[in-house]
Amino acid sequence: MYKIESKNVDFFYGTSQALKNINIAIMQNTVTALIGPSGCGKSTYLRLFNRMNDLIGNTKLNGQILIDGDDIYTKGVNVDSLRKNVGMVFQKPNPFPKTIFENVAYGLRVNGVTDKKIIEERVETSIKQVVLWDEVKDKLKKSAFELSGGQQQRLCIARALAIQPSVILMDEPTSALDPISTSKVEELIYELKTKYTIVIVTHNMQQAGRVSDTTAFFYLGELVEYDNTKTIFTNPKIERTQNYITGRFG
Amino acid sequence: MTKTKETKLARSKQLNQAIAFTIFRLLSYFIVAILFIILTFIIMKGVKVVNWNFITQMPEEGMTKGGIYPAIIGTLCLVAGSMIFAFPIGVLAAIYMNEYVKDGIAKRIIKQMTNNLAGIPSIVFGLFGMSLFVNKLHFGDSILAGSLTLGLLALPVVIRTTEEALKAVDNTFRQASLGLGATKWQTIRKVVLPISFPNIITGLILSIGRVSGETAPILFTVAAYFLPKLPTSIFDQAMALPYHLYVISTSGTNIEESRPIAYGTAMVLIIIVLIANLLANGLRKYFGNKVKMN
Repeated sequence: MYKIESKNVDFFYGTSQALKNINIAIMQNTVTALIGPSGCGKSTYLRLFNRMNDLIGNTKLNGQILIDGDDIYTKGVNVDSLRKNVGMVFQKPNPFPKTIFENVAYGLRVNGVTDKKIIEERVETSIKQVVLWDEVKDKLKKSAFELSGGQQQRLCIARALAIQPSVILMDEPTSALDPISTSKVEELIYELKTKYTIVIVTHNMQQAGRVSDTTAFFYLGELVEYDNTKTIFTNPKIERTQNYITGRFG
Repeated sequence: MTKTKETKLARSKQLNQAIAFTIFRLLSYFIVAILFIILTFIIMKGVKVVNWNFITQMPEEGMTKGGIYPAIIGTLCLVAGSMIFAFPIGVLAAIYMNEYVKDGIAKRIIKQMTNNLAGIPSIVFGLFGMSLFVNKLHFGDSILAGSLTLGLLALPVVIRTTEEALKAVDNTFRQASLGLGATKWQTIRKVVLPISFPNIITGLILSIGRVSGETAPILFTVAAYFLPKLPTSIFDQAMALPYHLYVISTSGTNIEESRPIAYGTAMVLIIIVLIANLLANGLRKYFGNKVKMN
């Protein structure tokens, strides 16, 4: 069974159609990259998986989005539980104006965890997972804003990991970071895929080539091609994919 | 363009800018000067009269001597009472408007109504307060009626400033919170409110300043010319600084003799508002620092 699936998915902002008949099936513990020029619908598609598009008014979805075999848009689905299971990392690092500790603990607290010991353990584990522990262990009570951009982004990843999701959605997570931080985050993604299923939107094709197992190429709301990353980048089946990869258009 | 034409154009642009900035600077100084003149005038006239006794004693000899203690107490009670009513309701209303209501006709109508409420003349509030609180609900001329009336006056100010404070919170924080499985209310309580709190407090300051000096709403709802004793319950009448100032300047027993007291009253009123501003600014800074730390 696939971990994540979209079946015949159309998506509309008002009357404007942003996604047309998207069919993608993603296996567990893989990294899938969504690539394509600006405005092609990849971020919109990503946000279907944790229902973040619900926050925008006047939208319409046709088709099915399945996680672990269940359609997450059926009536009665608990959206908060869904989001506990499907975490998100945003393009610009957005730690809360709170301490480093409280940032990572936030997800635990809002999901009802009150045991101090458990919270402390999970915070430490998550921060260690993102290879940030040594840098922050002595200043957990300091403001998260004192960290550099790259550190803040890793903190945001730790914040998402603390509530133990099974899927992580990343929307251009390194586009606001310097090259060194970027490569640290990419290494992290590679480590994380052993435990999580990751879908990452990226503008950076080299990044897609580096971190992902499968790649989906979007163009003007349509899924042009979806295949193993190696195939997409060395031997794509569709000419448009080939043109995009080689930089004929961007 | 030739070289000389270029430099001529550049220089005339610089000159225009210099003139514009000088005008702006003069206007700013002018505004500060006006404030300075008013304050100096009041303080110079009032300082002859204001001392510890003035603040702590009851008026004597038909308000020509003695202190204004009961008016101070009355004003403080009314300000506190109006805030108890306006602040919670105003903040909750703003939260509802900004965080829950979807854009559309209903929202626009409510916003328009709030703005209209802000524009109603204060004397009309006074009349309304008298009809509803004093007469219909039988509270009589009382601190309760006065506080409720002043609260209504302050309500749109609290709502508007709180709404602005909430709007100023970057949406990315709400998204991050919801993305972790928090509910809307959890997001508001744990993320949005702490961030916007300093600006909400600013709204509180503005309301306090507005309310302490209002005369019309308290005219027929609470204010008394002279009370021999301090109020002991919210159903009692009270004296109040702005009303006191009005009365002894226009229809007291001996207007000329009371004039110094009027200036003293004005000075005390200004000082109260100033203290409120300073206090609230201090709170704002304190919470502003705390926001990064919690």
